[in-house]
Amino acid sequence: MKRKHKRLTFIFMAFALFSIATSLILAALEDNIIFFYSPTDLIHKDPGPEQRLRLGGLVAEKSLRRIGNAVITFKVTDNTKTINVRYKGILPDLFREGQGVVTQGYYISGIFEANEVLAKHDENYMPAEVANAIKKSGQWQDNRTAKKGRTE
Amino acid sequence: MIAELGHFTLILALSVALIQAFFPLLGAQKGNNVWISLAPPAAIFQFLLVSISFACLTQLYITSDFSVVNVAKNSNTAIPMIYKVSGVWGNHEGSLLLWVLILSIFGSAVAYFGNNLPPDFRARVLSVQSMIAIGFYTFILFTSNPFERIIPPPINGRDLNPLLQDPGLAFHPPMLYLGYVGFSMAFSFAIAALIEGRVDAAWARWVRPWTLAAWLFLTGGIALGSWWAYYELGWGGWWYWDPVENASFMPWLAGTALLHSATVVEKRDSLKGWTVLLAIITFSLSLLGTFLVRSGVLTSVHTFATDPTRGVFILGLLIFVIGGSLVLFAWRGPKLINTGFFQPISREGALLFNNLGMITATAAVLLGTLYPLFLDATGGGKISVGPPFFNAVFIPIMVPITIAMAVGPFLNWKRADLIPAFSRLKFALTLALIMTALTWVWQKNGPMAATLGMGLAVWLGIGTLSELATKLHLFRSPIGAWYRIKRLPRHKWGMSLGHLGFAIAIAGMAGAGGWTKESIQVMQPGETVTVAGYDFRFIGANHIRGPNYTSVAGKFIITQEEKLITTLVAEKRTYLVTDTLTTEAAIHTMLSGDLYAVIGDSEGKTGAFVTRLYFNPLVVWMWIGTLVMVFGALISLTDQRYRIGAPKRGRKVTVITAQ
Repeated sequence: MKRKHKRLTFIFMAFALFSIATSLILAALEDNIIFFYSPTDLIHKDPGPEQRLRLGGLVAEKSLRRIGNAVITFKVTDNTKTINVRYKGILPDLFREGQGVVTQGYYISGIFEANEVLAKHDENYMPAEVANAIKKSGQWQDNRTAKKGRTE
Repeated sequence: MIAELGHFTLILALSVALIQAFFPLLGAQKGNNVWISLAPPAAIFQFLLVSISFACLTQLYITSDFSVVNVAKNSNTAIPMIYKVSGVWGNHEGSLLLWVLILSIFGSAVAYFGNNLPPDFRARVLSVQSMIAIGFYTFILFTSNPFERIIPPPINGRDLNPLLQDPGLAFHPPMLYLGYVGFSMAFSFAIAALIEGRVDAAWARWVRPWTLAAWLFLTGGIALGSWWAYYELGWGGWWYWDPVENASFMPWLAGTALLHSATVVEKRDSLKGWTVLLAIITFSLSLLGTFLVRSGVLTSVHTFATDPTRGVFILGLLIFVIGGSLVLFAWRGPKLINTGFFQPISREGALLFNNLGMITATAAVLLGTLYPLFLDATGGGKISVGPPFFNAVFIPIMVPITIAMAVGPFLNWKRADLIPAFSRLKFALTLALIMTALTWVWQKNGPMAATLGMGLAVWLGIGTLSELATKLHLFRSPIGAWYRIKRLPRHKWGMSLGHLGFAIAIAGMAGAGGWTKESIQVMQPGETVTVAGYDFRFIGANHIRGPNYTSVAGKFIITQEEKLITTLVAEKRTYLVTDTLTTEAAIHTMLSGDLYAVIGDSEGKTGAFVTRLYFNPLVVWMWIGTLVMVFGALISLTDQRYRIGAPKRGRKVTVITAQ
């Protein structure tokens, strides 16, 4: 096989693989992207009960309730609007009232049914999405910005 | 005083690095032997200086000197000694110091053992190494100084993040860094070869062991990290496709491709430009990984914004290293002429297929990791790209690679035939189909991907063993096989073990990914819950006290058909200094799967607790598979091939890299 053929084979293989990969990626992106909502966004846009999404904000003070059978409810707020969240399971170690949280699940008739509660930050840190959501709602207090993130 | 000494030696190391970066390179261009001979002693001196600096920081941690900001922020008098020491690299500044320490170890190894390299080539390699080091020294000294003092010093430290107070911290980061930084060797060799305009079999023979050593550590480091997350975070999973995980996984994928293409350079004098490019890509991804994780860009744009100097510095360094080396490649790369001809159906063709697949997979992971960042930066909205995306993209790309992995070793160099290869794989194919069918019957409701995964694991595992048996003529003349076992080159053993380990790991991933059984509930003391045929009886929870934490410990007795299996004690700890909680999952490992229990909050006043119980099938196969892969790499490193042309020195090199 000549050098030219070799190069053509190489290019053909690469092209085939990359086109397969690209189509896979495009298909997967369409189905598997999860959008982030603040409570205000969620109430305004109401994406419907089939849409899996992330809701982020602050856990409202004194809103945590255990209603039995490992089910927990709490309120997520951006200091403008508030959403009730229901979750069955064990809350992450860094979950606190008054602090930032990101939950993932479905918004069904006014209640956010979470199947994941994420707290990928330490006790003095707020996820960027949550910080922005609160800033957007105009309820940002400056003492929060002074706190520095640590994400190791 | 010790802090100042550490700071001062680090500054000295930077000055030595500056000398080492410029004079040897200039000397090699101009043929000035004095300047060329400057490189090795400079590299060793640099290593000594960084070691002293690192020792100083360790001493500050051991003596809990809270007049140093870094120690005050990340340590405490109450934590056990092992975490005081490993706390040195449990923070941004200290981990960067570990980075440059490892970099200088690798540099001095080239200086010390590289006597068989042409002196001007060695000078160029060391000079490139030193340029990387300069970037990191300045980054540390100007933006992340670990020796900064605080006045007045606090009475006690703020404590090491409780999640990091685990033996995992002692091993996971150093292993990972040995991998990341190890790829800098391949990078330096690649850049030096580009400057010189020459890549040959001897070059590949030098690059391969370093790449293999780096790959070995990275494999171990990733597996340790995954294992750590598995038992520490208490969510029963072992891989989340989290950007931080992807950051370490991308160099692994590219490094695996590099390992395979370097073989082609060595054996066939072909794919030279591509291999050099891979070396550049692999190290660039290591850099990207280090920085994305360390600067917090990925987990939060927030950290980036609070310390703009750090972020800008990082971006600048990344652009300089990646951009500079790619420009150099575009300019000098065409000079690398491949002499070996190329047939698509051949060993080198199979290796090329591996390369294309691995790079496609790397690109997919890179895209999924960076896409949300780009979208956010351009105002396209906030999204997250999680496991569903990566599973949908990554698994289909890996399937053809895994299928080809069993076939490739059967193919000859230069020109091969697929038909005899497949006829030797009949046995593997039959067993794989049987396995798939059995699994499908057994786990009808499970995901199809896991069922196929078991089939693939058997295909690759048995295929690899068949190839080994063919090579040893195990069935044609069993008597001579023992003799041939001893004679088989070690790199062949390495390849077989590497592929076999991967097959075993696939089985583990399929099992743990596909058929995990989970149960969340409130349990009263004495209550029993059955998960996957195992009866978890909750005995109750009591309070215990550790050195710097208090803990609620829930005890479970697990039986299967009245037979006692084990007792598990799951803890929820409260670390006193920072008042943070951590979950300590209780795990009982069996070949068939892990029993995994987590205890949550108490509910009501009757001693009831929320519990989360799992049966994770085949998890241990992942760790076994990884160990087999690492062991294979170790065996391969001791191969005689890497000593050719370097009868004395070469041997030492392989020993050193194997440690």
